[in-house]
Amino acid sequence: MLATEATLEAQRAIAICNACRYCEGYCAVFPAMELQRDFTVTDMSYLANLCHNCNGCYHACQFSPPHAFGINLPKTFAEIRLESYAEYAWPKPFADAYRKNGVLVSAITAGSIALVLFLTMLIQSGSVMFGPQTGPGAFYRIIPWGVMSSVAGATLIFSILALAMGARNFWVDTQTSLSGPINWAAIERAAHDVATLRYLGGAGEGCNDADASFSLARRHFHHALMYGFLLCFASTSVATLMDHFLGWEAPYSWYSLPVVLGTLGGIGMVAGCGGLVWVKMTTDPVPVARRMLGADYALLGLLAMAAASGLLLLMLRGTGAMGVLLCLHLGFILAFFVTMPYGKFVHGIYRGAALLKAAVERQKNTIVAG
Amino acid sequence: MADFDRIYDVAVVGGGNAALCAAIMAKQNGCSVIVIEHAPKAFRGGNSRHTRNLRAMHEGPTSVLTDSYLEDEYWDDLLRVTGGNTDEKLARMTIRASSRVMPWMQDCGVRFQPSLTGTLNLSRTNAFFLGGGKALVNAYYDTAERLGIDIVYDSEVLSMDLDDGFAKSIAITSKGFPHTVRAKTYVVSSGGFQGNIEWLREYWGEAADNFLIRGTPYAKGRMLKNLLGQGVQQIGDPTQFHAVAIDARAPQFDGGIVTRLDCIPFSIVVDRNARRFYDEGEDVWPKRYAIWGRLVAQQEGQIAWSIIDAKSATLFMPSVFPAIRANSIRELAGLIGLDADALEKTVSDYNAAVQPGNFNPQILDDCRTEGLEPAKTHWARRIDTPPYICYPHRPGITFTYLGVKVDEKARVIMSDGKPTANLFASGEIMAGSILGKGYLAGFGMTIGTVFGRIAGEEAAKHARN
Repeated sequence: MLATEATLEAQRAIAICNACRYCEGYCAVFPAMELQRDFTVTDMSYLANLCHNCNGCYHACQFSPPHAFGINLPKTFAEIRLESYAEYAWPKPFADAYRKNGVLVSAITAGSIALVLFLTMLIQSGSVMFGPQTGPGAFYRIIPWGVMSSVAGATLIFSILALAMGARNFWVDTQTSLSGPINWAAIERAAHDVATLRYLGGAGEGCNDADASFSLARRHFHHALMYGFLLCFASTSVATLMDHFLGWEAPYSWYSLPVVLGTLGGIGMVAGCGGLVWVKMTTDPVPVARRMLGADYALLGLLAMAAASGLLLLMLRGTGAMGVLLCLHLGFILAFFVTMPYGKFVHGIYRGAALLKAAVERQKNTIVAG
Repeated sequence: MADFDRIYDVAVVGGGNAALCAAIMAKQNGCSVIVIEHAPKAFRGGNSRHTRNLRAMHEGPTSVLTDSYLEDEYWDDLLRVTGGNTDEKLARMTIRASSRVMPWMQDCGVRFQPSLTGTLNLSRTNAFFLGGGKALVNAYYDTAERLGIDIVYDSEVLSMDLDDGFAKSIAITSKGFPHTVRAKTYVVSSGGFQGNIEWLREYWGEAADNFLIRGTPYAKGRMLKNLLGQGVQQIGDPTQFHAVAIDARAPQFDGGIVTRLDCIPFSIVVDRNARRFYDEGEDVWPKRYAIWGRLVAQQEGQIAWSIIDAKSATLFMPSVFPAIRANSIRELAGLIGLDADALEKTVSDYNAAVQPGNFNPQILDDCRTEGLEPAKTHWARRIDTPPYICYPHRPGITFTYLGVKVDEKARVIMSDGKPTANLFASGEIMAGSILGKGYLAGFGMTIGTVFGRIAGEEAAKHARN
């Protein structure tokens, strides 16, 4: 990680935090910080990605702006996170994706919808495209299964590879003398912290979503989005298995497993995205990194549209609107797969890695008493 | 919304812990309440925003306190630090009440955490606020707003119209405009006067210009001076304050906890003439933390430097400003502007006097000097391993002891010994009644919380009659 204005500011702030330590009860960042006295640029990348942006430390800080020390860790760390996403991006030239991420993701989304619609219209006649399609294989009469699965599969596999390489870059870059070998206990702890969003919980009363008062809204909306997303993923996986191994072609009935999972997941995602946008719009603007907002809103918008178009497709799949809705939905999905390693989605990967690193360090080192 | 035309049941002067405890208590007892805070919203809360814990008596382990801490031990601790400069009746009442305040604080949204590190080992006696004092202040303001207490920021109380022990009104300036606030009862919780350099200069002369104020700049003591000028009984030595030796590079106000330096027991401390002036290893640091502010204040230019070598560099909490480092004592003297020959002589005289011993930073060890004046009686090791490290110190004032006298109902007492009719006080402005000298970690918050609650309750009783 290279030194930037944000990392220099974070190093200045962390020296103050390490002399204060009032916030050590809030999250994993401060106990991780207390293991050290001197901090490198790379330590800033690690601590920034460990930060869950709950704003607890900002509102509790007697040195936050307008105090002369002007400590604003949530904002500084968010800026470093954005820089670290570019730093660890793979392949390297794609780091530029984080320059104007909101614009890029929006453009890719628009392009991907246009492309799917255009190509589909090219190969299908109007009567197929706009006529009601029902019965097994209805979707594949619009877009052939082979095309659908090979495009989705190829982009997803590339994206997963890129995400894995990014995680590897982060992991290698942030190794220090405090690091130790990965082990099951640490993985379990980190997985638990991710699954429960432990550090969006404070001591049970949540984050400073809007102001100095505590709220669990952000945690709950993030849960809705994350588990909604996983349900949708499960729905697609189940459907693929049913189609491929059992020969049961989509569409499936309302009460089939893929549709139930997908419906619940879709509703969760729409509610989660809407809620998170609302939290972002109503929060105290001072601890917010404006540079990150484009990526934030782009990902939330894309996920919400992907989920909403899926739900709409489910409701109108027996009508003549199905063809266009399918193209729209798959356009959103394609855009999501393509931008996954080059947008805000990566926060989950780096945060998970940082939590794993923190769990390993905690095992290996006892806190320096002082 | 504050309404300056209305007659409130209770008007609270100040916006720190004691003020808010009084305001919330009065509101919970059915009163209309206005809180008048001098600071803007971002800096609300007085010195409470810099605090971290509260000393609480307890008979057995609780969720945040270990073991037990009983009344007699608490009282003994207080007696020791004050040298008897306390009021046993008020002190014991405060100590007993401290065992009952935590559930109420939690109901008001204050959260506690088990103590972890860097806290002078206080987990048995002191309950730590999650996030520190500003988080506590935020919780109280939140509660106050939710209960419908009127709060005005950027509003300084100029004077009180006190007539024969009866408070009639207060004159304030709110966001630049003069107003009169009227209430049936008043609670003053406006702190000490350590933020008023001019007033400190009356006792300390030009030295006061070299003092750093660790906490709020809004503790101007205006209400305190006004009341004492109207025949309210004074308590505490006006010339005295609690001070520690903080980093000289700290801002003049509000540097808070991060400017503290815990390196002195492992150092030699020299004055402007590069001479030592006190036994740096007299006792364990928590017991000597608070004498060094006064010691530095008494030196020429109110400045001193602690010097250690590489051996001791990590024996204390990291400090906020970078250490001054050099490869020789001569070079170090150049960096801090001291006479190099004199500093070299001080260090070599000290090194020659150091006796062999078993160094142990955790206990009063046997590392000491022989034949040196002043002696260093513990943790004395030769300063001989570069890089040599130096931190500059100035007196950092925490609070002043001067205050108004109160009784056990938090009623302000007049010089003739009679209580005022409708005037109560809580927090630093009356703490001198109990803590006339010295300091006990977390006791300021205990006094503020206990007396704030009493003042609020008593004011409410009086207002409703």
